[in-house]
Amino acid sequence: MADFTAPGWSTFIAISTALSLIACVVLLVLAARRRVVADDNTTGHVWDEDLREMNNPLPRWWMVLFVLTVVFAAIYLAFYPGMGSRPGSLGWTSSGELEKDQNRARAEFAPIYARFASMAPEQLAADAAAMGTGQRLFLNQCAQCHGSDGRGSKGFPNLGDNDWLWGGEFDTIVQTITGGRIGNMPPMAAAVGSAQDVRNLAQYVLSLSDSPHDAPQAQMGKPKFAVCAACHGAGGKGNTALGAPNLSDKIWLHGRGEAAVTSAITRGHNNVMPAQARNMTPDQVRVVAAYVWSLSRATVTTAVTNAETTAATTATTTTTTATATTATSATPANTTPPR
Amino acid sequence: MTTPVPATSALPANQREEVIWLYQKSPKIQPRTVHGWFAGWRWALVWATQLVFYGLPWLLWNDRQAVLFDLEARRFFIFGLVLYPQDFIYLTGLLIVSAYALFLFTTVAGRLWCGYACPQTVYTEIFLWIESRIEGDRMQRIKRDAASWSVQKLLRKGGKHLAWGTVALWTGFTFVGYFTPIRSLGVAVWSFGLGPWQSFWIALYSLATYGNAGWLREQVCLYMCPYARFQSAMFDHDTLIIGYDEKRGEPRGTRAKRGTDANRPLGDCIDCGLCVQVCPTGIDIRQGLQYACIGCAACVDVCDGVMDKMRTPRGLIRYDTQAGLEQAQPASARWNRVLRPRVLVYSAVLVVITAALGTSLLVRPTFRVDVERDRGVMARTVEDGWVENVYRMHLMNNTEAPQRYRVAVQGLPGAQVELRGPAQAGPAQARWVPLVVRIPPQAAAALGSGAHAITFQIDPWTDSSRAEKSSFVVPR
Repeated sequence: MADFTAPGWSTFIAISTALSLIACVVLLVLAARRRVVADDNTTGHVWDEDLREMNNPLPRWWMVLFVLTVVFAAIYLAFYPGMGSRPGSLGWTSSGELEKDQNRARAEFAPIYARFASMAPEQLAADAAAMGTGQRLFLNQCAQCHGSDGRGSKGFPNLGDNDWLWGGEFDTIVQTITGGRIGNMPPMAAAVGSAQDVRNLAQYVLSLSDSPHDAPQAQMGKPKFAVCAACHGAGGKGNTALGAPNLSDKIWLHGRGEAAVTSAITRGHNNVMPAQARNMTPDQVRVVAAYVWSLSRATVTTAVTNAETTAATTATTTTTTATATTATSATPANTTPPR
Repeated sequence: MTTPVPATSALPANQREEVIWLYQKSPKIQPRTVHGWFAGWRWALVWATQLVFYGLPWLLWNDRQAVLFDLEARRFFIFGLVLYPQDFIYLTGLLIVSAYALFLFTTVAGRLWCGYACPQTVYTEIFLWIESRIEGDRMQRIKRDAASWSVQKLLRKGGKHLAWGTVALWTGFTFVGYFTPIRSLGVAVWSFGLGPWQSFWIALYSLATYGNAGWLREQVCLYMCPYARFQSAMFDHDTLIIGYDEKRGEPRGTRAKRGTDANRPLGDCIDCGLCVQVCPTGIDIRQGLQYACIGCAACVDVCDGVMDKMRTPRGLIRYDTQAGLEQAQPASARWNRVLRPRVLVYSAVLVVITAALGTSLLVRPTFRVDVERDRGVMARTVEDGWVENVYRMHLMNNTEAPQRYRVAVQGLPGAQVELRGPAQAGPAQARWVPLVVRIPPQAAAALGSGAHAITFQIDPWTDSSRAEKSSFVVPR
């Protein structure tokens, strides 16, 4: 992308800069001589009876420094950008600087991640430093969609419920994070039939998970389920190869109730998770994947239990392990009893 | 000041113009060494300030350096105090206190900072002392400067610059030692393992010390420092300045003249010129108060010495107020004017701000906490109809002991708090802890949709708990 709208501006800037530098030196030379008109070091004029203006010489070191700054400016402009669009002999750019910083950061972090690279997910989940890094990576990269606690919200999967759209094995999680996912359900209304057929089918789907449903309508919708079984499986158990959710559990990513199911059948879904390969190195992806994997191992049910908090504290400890053990051995008072 | 321009006899009708170069090399000022009461105070302050500056980085506290400004980790340690960048207000407070203190004692007694405590003066004093030890006293130095180069001169000058360079390097090293632990910095220097930035800063600060104290000296005071120029705003007629008592001293002259003109007795000033010789900025105080006078009182000391030899009372050049010098007031009148409105106002402001700063440091909480609503999730309904809101708790441990925290929520009937991370912070550590507040479906229905105000109580066990306001959203 060009710096200026028209190429002539670059020349204008370059010429102005050069002229200004030359003008500074010219000014210095032109002012170098002064006339002595009075013998008391003043300009010779008197105002208001006794006000005079001194005409002191400038210290020579000041002039020398001034010249040095002009010389420095000339050298700088040769090496760095400043004369219009000219990039300078060193080829410095701020994006290049950023890249250098990032490379240096990666080199500094490499030994840390090298240690993690050789660890299995269970070991990573038990390692305090790994989980600390994993949590920080998660909070920076993933929490925008999946929430700071990783439990998601409507349309953004809950990573802690041990229910996986694409598979919950560690390697699958790594693949999901690296390449992203596109959860696409095509609109099925045409294949199902009329609007009433769609509603019946929705009731049947609700019945699969023992959610509140209308039994007669569900019966009528049952034969229509064949078109759904192609992706969602015979009993609606889901298909992780396709990312098709398990319809027979109580976890509803896109909302619960007939309206949500009807909308899914009629309009379909296209839920996209962006690929994170651009944001994280493969080592980092591994660590954050281990963190995500550990989330679902820590959570048992949705209810708050003391055991859960203890497990969470054991799994994710801080820098001082001594304090951590004190924390877990003491009564976990991190939660308040229900009021 | 600088060399006066060669005088021309300016006859009004026939102005002879002489064209000279605007940029003049300032003559080197070789101040004469002086001993006396005020010189003693100046040296006492040199010792005091430099003992603190050079000594403080070597002190230890809890196995770490007592005074350390760790820029990389963004923590600033001052003995037991752990300061975060969020605590910059204390630095601001300190600067305000310094400014008002400066205004106060300048209004009362003139340029005390310049003459006694300013680093420029202090380092110039140290470098001058080195110069006088190696090159000799004033006359010897002037003669040597005028002499041609010889082995002796080379050795003396070279030795002096070497000594200056060593002091400058040690100063630079100490300065960087406030930001990198000085012991490990010393090891790095010894083993040639200095990082590029450390080397740069040590070199820069050393160069600045060497240049300012060795070469520039009074040029800083005369041309660079703004303090000289706005002193007229801080002085008034009752400010103690260093002044020459004209009434007592004039007409000046050497005593040999005494006999020649008995009708015009001479004043106490014998025109020895010592007050000019000792002046580090090269002025003649007998011309009156000048911006270039830094108030070092060297002329006071030397003139008092001369007065002693002449067996006349001391104080021909003395600290006095302008009003006192003009009207020859006694000392008591001077004291009466010390507590004038300006001084009282400065003192009051100074006391208030110092008290505020001190109190706020004393009652500083042991931790800081911010509870922010999660940016990703506004509210979520989970299985069984419970409504959850997600928050991030940002904890900042202000102490060097690890802390644990307990979180409770108020203002929400039926609410449960669930931490989704360990509510702990290590020494001087800052961390995020995600947490969730959930209410049962009946409570959600009772509250109704929308945002409801709640308060978090975060309890660190070792201190009183802090309240943080937030909101809980029930989705439609």
